Amino acid sequence: MIIAERKPLEEIAAMAAPYKNIFVLGCDTCVGVCMAGGRKEAEETAALLRIHRKKEKLEGEVVSSSMERQCEYEFIDEVLEKIEGYDLIVSLACGVGVQTMVEHVANLRVVPGLNTTSMGYPTEQGVWSERCLGCGDCVLHLTMGICPITRCAKTLLNGPCGGSAEGLCEVGEDIPCAWQLIHDRLSSFSRLKDLNEIQPPKDWSTSHHGGPRTTVREDVRIDRGE
Amino acid sequence: MIAGSNLEKVINSGNFVVTGELGPPKSSDITQLKHHAEEMKNHVDAYNITDNQTAIVRTSSIACGATLVQMGLEPIIQITVRDRNRICIQGDVLGAHALGIKNILCLSGDHQSFGNEQGSKGVYDIDSMQLLKGLQEMRDENHFIGGDELEAPISYYLGAVANPFADPFEYRVDRLEKKINAGASFIQTQCIFDLDRFERWMEAVRERGLHKKVAIMGGVTPIKSLGAARYMKNNVSGITIPDELIDRLKGAEKKKEEGLNICIETIQRLQEIEGVAGVHIMAIAWEEIVPEIVERSGLYPRPKV
Repeated sequence: MIIAERKPLEEIAAMAAPYKNIFVLGCDTCVGVCMAGGRKEAEETAALLRIHRKKEKLEGEVVSSSMERQCEYEFIDEVLEKIEGYDLIVSLACGVGVQTMVEHVANLRVVPGLNTTSMGYPTEQGVWSERCLGCGDCVLHLTMGICPITRCAKTLLNGPCGGSAEGLCEVGEDIPCAWQLIHDRLSSFSRLKDLNEIQPPKDWSTSHHGGPRTTVREDVRIDRGE
Repeated sequence: MIAGSNLEKVINSGNFVVTGELGPPKSSDITQLKHHAEEMKNHVDAYNITDNQTAIVRTSSIACGATLVQMGLEPIIQITVRDRNRICIQGDVLGAHALGIKNILCLSGDHQSFGNEQGSKGVYDIDSMQLLKGLQEMRDENHFIGGDELEAPISYYLGAVANPFADPFEYRVDRLEKKINAGASFIQTQCIFDLDRFERWMEAVRERGLHKKVAIMGGVTPIKSLGAARYMKNNVSGITIPDELIDRLKGAEKKKEEGLNICIETIQRLQEIEGVAGVHIMAIAWEEIVPEIVERSGLYPRPKV
C-alpha cells in the first residue's frame, strides 16, 4: 500500500493561515490503513488546527470528514456537496489523492496534509517498510523476491558493495543490507551461483527516469463513443 | 600490453607494485596535491586520485589526474557511480583519455549520506560491475553501453576494488572473480588492519587461481593516533580494525611511530603472501610519510620499466 505520514502541524497551519473556512478531508484507503490520513486522523488534525488557529486569533471554522478513496473521480463526486463553500481543502490523502482532487474539481484549493513516503507494508505494528519503487521492470525473479532497486541504497544489481557489514547497510544501522538478504536466501536454496552472472545495466526508461508514466490498457478502456 | 601505462608495465614485470593516494582538496587550489605528488614521485609507480571521496565535494579526479600527466606523473583516476549516469561517465572517460590518463579504477562510491551534500540525489544509474564491463567493452569492442560505436578506439588499464572485510565474507571471493570477468586487470583492496582475515581471503583467492588472473594490491593506511584508529573503526564504511591493534597503539608510548611500524610490518607481511602483487598506500593527511614507508618496507628504489 501507499505509506504516508502527517506533515508537522505548524506546516499545515501555515498553509491554512490565509484561509477562513477549512475542510480537512481524509482518505480511508491506504493512508487510512497506515494511520496517517483516515477519518480519525482527519478529526485529530482538524481539532489541533482549531486550537492553533484560536490561539492565533484566526477567524473561520475547521471541519473534517473522510472519504473512501481520493484517487478516483467517482468517490470525489460523492463528497463534492459536503466540501462546497470551503476556502481550503487540507487533503490527508497521498500525493495521488491530492492531485486527483485538483484535476477533477477546477475551483478547489487543495493543499497536502501528508508527506507520501513509499510503497510498502507494516513489518510490525507501527512500522512500515518500503518494498517497491515502481521501476516498471520487476527484477524480483532474479533476486529471490527481495528488491535491490528499493532496498539497496545504491540500487546495485550485482551483489553487495564494500559497505555491507554484519548484515547491515553502510547508510544506517537499522537498514538491513538487501544483498546480504538476497545472498542468504540464494544460499538457502543452493543457488549462490546465480550471483556470478553479471547483470547488465538496467533500462531505467520504464521508471520515472523515462518521464511521467501513463499505463494504457486498451482492452479495458470504455469507448466513450460519438 | 593493454594501455602501456607505467602501472601496467610494473605489474607485468613481476615487481612488487607500489601505488600512493592523493585526495583532491575542497578548493580549486591543488598546490598541496602537486606538492605531495612531487614528494613521493620516486617512491610510487602511480597515484590514485580519489573521486569526491566520502561523498565530499572536491576538485575532480580527472582535473587532478590531467595535472599529474602534465607533471610527467602517472595517475589512476577513480570513478564512482554515485554522481554520474552512464552518459556522463562515458563522456568523462573519453575526456580523461584525451588528457592522457591511462589508468581507471571503478568503484560504487560511499553513499551521499556520508558527505557534505547529504540532500543530494544519488545517481547509481549503473553499478561498479556494470561500469567495469561497460568500460571494458568500450575499449575492447569499441562500443558504448548503449551499443553505439566509438568514432575512434580508446585504451586504458582498468582496475577495481575489493573489500575482504565486508560481508558476507564467503561472497567476497565470488565478487572478486566477477570483477575479473567484468574486465578488471588490477585490484586494490580496502585498508588491511585485520591481516588474518585478509590471509583467509587470499587463501580462497589462490584456491581458485584468481591471483594469476589479476594483480591484487593490498591497501594500507598508516595510523597517526589512537583517535584516528578509533575514528576509522567506528565511522569509516568498510573498514574493520581489530581490538588488538587498538590495544597495541594504546600501549605504545609514541603512537605515531607505532602506527608507522604497524603499517610497515603489514607491507612486509603482504610481500610474503603468495598472490599479492603490490601495495596501495593510502596516507591521507600524512602523505609526506610515504617515502619513509616505502624505503623501510624494502621497496625502494622503484623499478624503471
